[in-house]
Amino acid sequence: MNIPKNLQYTKSHEWVKFEGETAAEIGLTDYAQHELGDLVFVNLPEAEDTVTAGETFSDVESVKAVSDVYSPVTGTVEEVNSELLDAPEKINEDPYEAWLVKVKDITAKEELLSSDEYEKFVEEEKAGQKEQ
Amino acid sequence: MGSYVPTTAEEEKAMLARIGIRDISDLFGDIPGKLKLNRDLRLPDGVSEMEAEKILRSIAEKNKVYRKIFRGAGAYRHYIPAIVGEVTSKESFLTAYTPYQAEISQGVLQSVFEYQTYICGLTGMDVSNACVYDGAEAAAEASAMCLEKGRNRILVSASVNPWILSVVKTYAFGNGAETAVIPEENYATNPDALKELLDERTACVILQQPDFYGTVEDISSMADMVHAAGAKLILSVYPIAAAILKSAGEYGADIAVGEGQPLGMPLSFGGPYMGFMAAKKDMMRKLPGRIVGETKDTNGKTGYVLTLQAREQHIRREKALSNICSNEALCALTAAVYCSAMGPSGIRKAAGLSMSKAHYLADRLSGAGFRPVDQGFFFNEFVTGCPADPDEILKKLSEKGILGGYPLQGSHKGEILWCCTEMNTREEMDELVSAIREVTGC
Repeated sequence: MNIPKNLQYTKSHEWVKFEGETAAEIGLTDYAQHELGDLVFVNLPEAEDTVTAGETFSDVESVKAVSDVYSPVTGTVEEVNSELLDAPEKINEDPYEAWLVKVKDITAKEELLSSDEYEKFVEEEKAGQKEQ
Repeated sequence: MGSYVPTTAEEEKAMLARIGIRDISDLFGDIPGKLKLNRDLRLPDGVSEMEAEKILRSIAEKNKVYRKIFRGAGAYRHYIPAIVGEVTSKESFLTAYTPYQAEISQGVLQSVFEYQTYICGLTGMDVSNACVYDGAEAAAEASAMCLEKGRNRILVSASVNPWILSVVKTYAFGNGAETAVIPEENYATNPDALKELLDERTACVILQQPDFYGTVEDISSMADMVHAAGAKLILSVYPIAAAILKSAGEYGADIAVGEGQPLGMPLSFGGPYMGFMAAKKDMMRKLPGRIVGETKDTNGKTGYVLTLQAREQHIRREKALSNICSNEALCALTAAVYCSAMGPSGIRKAAGLSMSKAHYLADRLSGAGFRPVDQGFFFNEFVTGCPADPDEILKKLSEKGILGGYPLQGSHKGEILWCCTEMNTREEMDELVSAIREVTGC
């Protein structure tokens, strides 16, 4: 399970890469893409859309399910990764390169986890699932 | 009903004994006694098959069935080859419900795939769905496909079938979209009015070809206007006419819809009918309803599946573009068998005959005082004036077993919309004109 040290994470399995205080890139973690399976479509917002911490801003489709993607921050969409519209599988192939959106003018953020905290969280989730 | 095998009384007894139950009513033991009816339902006694047939026949005889029909206005009496009923009445097609484990029903899926293929051929589009409930719904669903942020305005031409407009309005209300009607001129869409109405909030424009009055409109130039404004063109087409006119794709439509009834379904007092929807590849993910795909199984053999299911409401829930989760499978099969039996040349012939007979009738009616209006080129329907009260004339025709044209309402009140198909003979048309002459004294 790949969990880069330089990124921050959410409990809903998104990663955030801050560029300064008010700008960030957001994507899905390796654990997320693995659980989702082969992605066939990504629904992205548009530039200048607002995103709100804790609310969905996108969804990804695998063959049998659609999953919401939650924003870790509140801000404005600067750019969307339109490559993903034609090649959603890039999220599976390289989840930390396949950013979904770049956000600017960030005014708030969720409680974010460090890579160690996220690793622990994922282990607990997997153990919990095994018990079920 | 050769394939239906109910359980016998012995089998029932054995099953009850196996689970330790005395009587079927014990299975409802969880329902408190005071909630149970504890009496028989107040229904009349059953009747024998012979008595039942008599009762149903006397109800059916209340229908007035016209042998001579000169009315269209959205539903058309075309000839249905005998083989259509032969195939669709096979009990595995006729009685089967929607398969829940779809991939086990390869036969049904294949029949739908063939249907989708025919629709793409008729409309000149890349992908079709497994059909929706009727042509009006197809247009409304298509308008929902085009809604996006900043574009929630649906323009519908006044020359489109009025029932399409009313269903589009219903869907728009649910979707929070607005509708506006493009005025008509000379029984066709007014292109200048369309230009005025197009703006950056327009999601889509709905046009009909041929239109409600039978006029063959200049769709291509209007398609250019619609696209220049960044909107989508939804074209509702008459599938028989589609065999000899340009296809919806060639006209520049983004989505082709229409009423499939003319493809082998009888008039049946309004239904069941069937709406077809086909689109260009880039709108594929927005198509509502079922879509059947062709693929290869693990042994490399061709197989059929329900595909692109992640769009549907049972997965997307409140985020789905549409709530439809079924189709008119038997009607889709009917359309597929009709297209297969007729082939492109057969449908072209039916279209050519319908058109030329309509032109013959228009000429003869004109000589009997029913002046054709100034509508430009028409396919198999046309509008005439009427020298007397249309309702009077139509009543007299009805007494002679002839269903005359549709009496128009609103701004065209007093005019009649006539229709011919390949089924109207010259004798019938001459008889119609004589009957009219009797009534009007012309």
